[in-house]
Amino acid sequence: MLEHDVKYLKFKTYLNTYCPHCHNSFNVEKKDVRQIEFKAVFNQNEVDLKLSPYLDVFDVDLSVPIEKGEVLDDLLCPTCKKSLIVKEMACGECGSPVGEVIISAMSKLIPFFVCMKYGCEWHGLTKADERRIKLKIPRQDMPEQDQTLRVHNFQEVPYGYTTELALLEAGRCLQCKNPQCVLGCPVNVPIPQFIALIAEEKIDEAAKKIKETNLFPAICGRVCPQENQCESTCIMGHKDKPVAIGRLERFVADYERKMDLVRVPIIKENTGQKIAIIGSGPGGLTVAADMRQLGYSVTVFEALHETGGVLTYGIPEFRLPKSIVQFEINFLKEMGVRIETNHVIGNIHTIDELLLEFDAAFIGVGAGLPTFMGIEGESLGHVFSANEYLTRMNLMKAYRFPEYDTPMPKGFNVAVIGGGNVAMDCARTAKRTGATEVTIVYRRSRQELPARGEEVHHAQEEGIKFKLLTNPIRYIGTDSKTVKAMECIKMELGEPDASGRRRPVPIEGSNYIMDVDLVIVAVGNGPNPVIFQSTPDLKRNKRGYIEANPETMETSKEFVYAGGDIVTGSATVIEAMGAGRIAARAMHAKLSALREKKNKPKKETTKR
Amino acid sequence: MFQIVRKQEMARGTIIRFDISAPKIAKKVKAGQFVIIRVNETGERIPLTVADKDEFAGIISIIFQVVGKTTALMRSLKEGDLLRDVVGPLGRPAEVEKVGTVIMIGGGTGVAILHHVAKAFKQAGNYVIGIMGSKDKELLILENEMTQICDELVITTDDGSYGERGFVTQPLQKYLEERDDVKLVYAIGPIIMMKNVCKLTEKYKIQTMVSLNPVMIDGTGMCGGCRVKVNDETRFCCVDGPDFDGHKVDFEELMNRNSLYLKEEKDSLLFSIR
Ligand SMILES: Cc1cc2nc3c(=O)[nH]c(=O)nc-3n(C[C@H](O)[C@H](O)[C@H](O)COP(=O)(O)OP(=O)(O)OC[C@H]3O[C@@H](n4cnc5c(N)ncnc54)[C@H](O)[C@@H]3O)c2cc1C
Ligand code: SF4
Ligand code: FES
Repeated sequence: MLEHDVKYLKFKTYLNTYCPHCHNSFNVEKKDVRQIEFKAVFNQNEVDLKLSPYLDVFDVDLSVPIEKGEVLDDLLCPTCKKSLIVKEMACGECGSPVGEVIISAMSKLIPFFVCMKYGCEWHGLTKADERRIKLKIPRQDMPEQDQTLRVHNFQEVPYGYTTELALLEAGRCLQCKNPQCVLGCPVNVPIPQFIALIAEEKIDEAAKKIKETNLFPAICGRVCPQENQCESTCIMGHKDKPVAIGRLERFVADYERKMDLVRVPIIKENTGQKIAIIGSGPGGLTVAADMRQLGYSVTVFEALHETGGVLTYGIPEFRLPKSIVQFEINFLKEMGVRIETNHVIGNIHTIDELLLEFDAAFIGVGAGLPTFMGIEGESLGHVFSANEYLTRMNLMKAYRFPEYDTPMPKGFNVAVIGGGNVAMDCARTAKRTGATEVTIVYRRSRQELPARGEEVHHAQEEGIKFKLLTNPIRYIGTDSKTVKAMECIKMELGEPDASGRRRPVPIEGSNYIMDVDLVIVAVGNGPNPVIFQSTPDLKRNKRGYIEANPETMETSKEFVYAGGDIVTGSATVIEAMGAGRIAARAMHAKLSALREKKNKPKKETTKR
Repeated sequence: MFQIVRKQEMARGTIIRFDISAPKIAKKVKAGQFVIIRVNETGERIPLTVADKDEFAGIISIIFQVVGKTTALMRSLKEGDLLRDVVGPLGRPAEVEKVGTVIMIGGGTGVAILHHVAKAFKQAGNYVIGIMGSKDKELLILENEMTQICDELVITTDDGSYGERGFVTQPLQKYLEERDDVKLVYAIGPIIMMKNVCKLTEKYKIQTMVSLNPVMIDGTGMCGGCRVKVNDETRFCCVDGPDFDGHKVDFEELMNRNSLYLKEEKDSLLFSIR
């Protein structure tokens, strides 16, 4: 047989390729498949065709050579034996028969046609073609609790992806050579790699991949502001919508947890050095995990009776189930991290006292000092800081009053001041406690709302009203000194300020009165003074936060590191974790060097 | 978990003293500081000032009046029972220095805190004049302890059933008239009492410290529920206090905020009965 007379039939399938008749997957469902057997009819003779999918690329080559002049009449699905060839359709390039398959998943049927003629270049082994198909897959929504039902309960709103939806979404990733998403992520999660692993259905491996850089993907997948981070830089976002990286991250972590695949990592040999961590928020927990894994003995001191920081007392159950936070903390305990709750550092031990017992300390106490606006009537009853409101509801579980003793602050006409995640959380919590009207009052416009897009969307779905470009200037009380109304003023956007956002300025004479019976002030936080009262030599910046070397997170006190909101001011969970990572790395380097120094002279003495 | 090693009922069982095993706190706590207690998993967090401590035995004492759901629950506990959470010491300690003559005023359960602070002032070498008041004889607590600590002690009862009849302000005024060496007045008790004491001492221009008791949750400066207005500024009692310059405190606002929660506390009791 002369080479130029013989061609291989090229028939392309993707990772999820299904027969349009029986919906059986050609490869994905049979995980380790190396060959798929098709029956083909050439010139009315039945021939066995073997397909060997490349594992890394999704195309498939027929391994049977076809001689020139042979006509492919039929290609039969290996399961239902129906023909994949659409008789009435022809390839746009060469006019040969076309085969129909469905790519990706069955819940969204995306018919795709491939040329069946050998040698025809159109049938698209090109990248461009691949992109074209991927662009046809829409960004997958997460199934979620019905909006009318969920405002009556505190259960998590989204259910998360099913495996099928996750595979479909993972199929959208273009696997860029130069992945921009990774640059958008504060801790540079290897995004394309973990998504590729999902697509290969190696979900537990995908989880491990993420955990190389992010220890708590179940949390980050739920609370990261992805639209400003990884998803904002995703190339798919330019053409269509970005790949739902956060949702996939969450899926992977949930899968790993639910399938009981989480394993305690190997802990390195004990270094004999001790680390004190102050605050059990995401920053502190990250340092704890990293240092423990490196063989240090680690103790976490937490002021409250529960661990988790904002993840526990701030972010509500319907957005981040507390069982997930506790799962991660139990995991740390299993690794051998000691946790001491009810320890307010500064009071029970000062940092200097800790340094007598511990070789290094990390301060991750967050920015937990609520800011008030300093306007008239802020001390009236039923005017709460967001922290107090959320602490009552989440940490003290007031929403389960009277089963829990802390009474639930209840209002029918609730105003929440502010436009961040905290404000959305308060508003949605209030809605769930039976408020008939909940209004977000924010002084800038919609574009400037700092909350995660998904939270704003969910809040709107749940019937939260938005009064934008509006600011309260005074609260008005009843005779018994609880709030009954507030005076607001309308705002307009002026010149950009230092943060680059246009500064809101009040419109004179636009004041009006709004009836309210519960006000929640969510306008930000400042640094908590407790730790500084006993550690005056800890250098602070102009805003009162701890000054730390950005490369090491070490503070002005040697062996004392800091990270998270207490360094940056109110920021994000992932940034706190990122800072924890940097601190752990620097701490390890410094303490290792110290160990070696100590060990060296010993060796010499044994020689002598 | 923290064990109640001793329970003592005072004032007809309306005031109760717990000695709690909490060695770390006992080692650190100073006069004027408080702890926050959560009795059990479903409990609320309530602040209670440390009334005494025994560093060597590792014990702190708290004295509380039974007023609401949690204190009622605490009354039902026995010696040997465990408290889920005790966190402390919280707040800034009372500023104790040798200043000369000080008048220490306590009303109701306020005496529980006062006597700890009075002891510290005495130990610092001050001449301590104590004035303690209560509704009636039976509600009077810690008389013996106060007698031991103070160089002079005056007791008042509202109904005259013991000591002088009337309020603590009467003997205070007498002292302020008679003595010109009083350097500091320290008052702990019902808000109205502290307010009246301050009104009086302001006239005589004598520095007066008060210990405030707003509603608290975390006690670490995180919730802002304990905010009080001092010198027209918002301060958080749990981290900036509990002691403040009495002449600068907005007592009116404190009274309003506290009474608000009293109503809620009652509602919550009613609710739980229903
Ligand atoms: C309601 C709310 C919603 C949010 N939503 C999001 C979101 O959707 N996405 C996002 O990325 N970020 C969100 N954030 C911000 C995010 O939670 C924080 O940036 C992050 O938690 C900071 O972590 P951290 O480790 O610095 O401190 P924290 O989480 O604040 O934890 C600090 C811990 O230290 C403890 N502590 C304080 N002082 C002491 C002391 N003296 N001794 C011992 N312990 C002490 C505190 O009790 C606390 O547990 C939200 C914040 C809030 C309040
Ligand atoms: S950690 Fe956050 S920013 Fe990074 S990939 Fe995950 S969701 Fe995106
Ligand atoms: S009790 Fe929460 S700030 Fe003081």
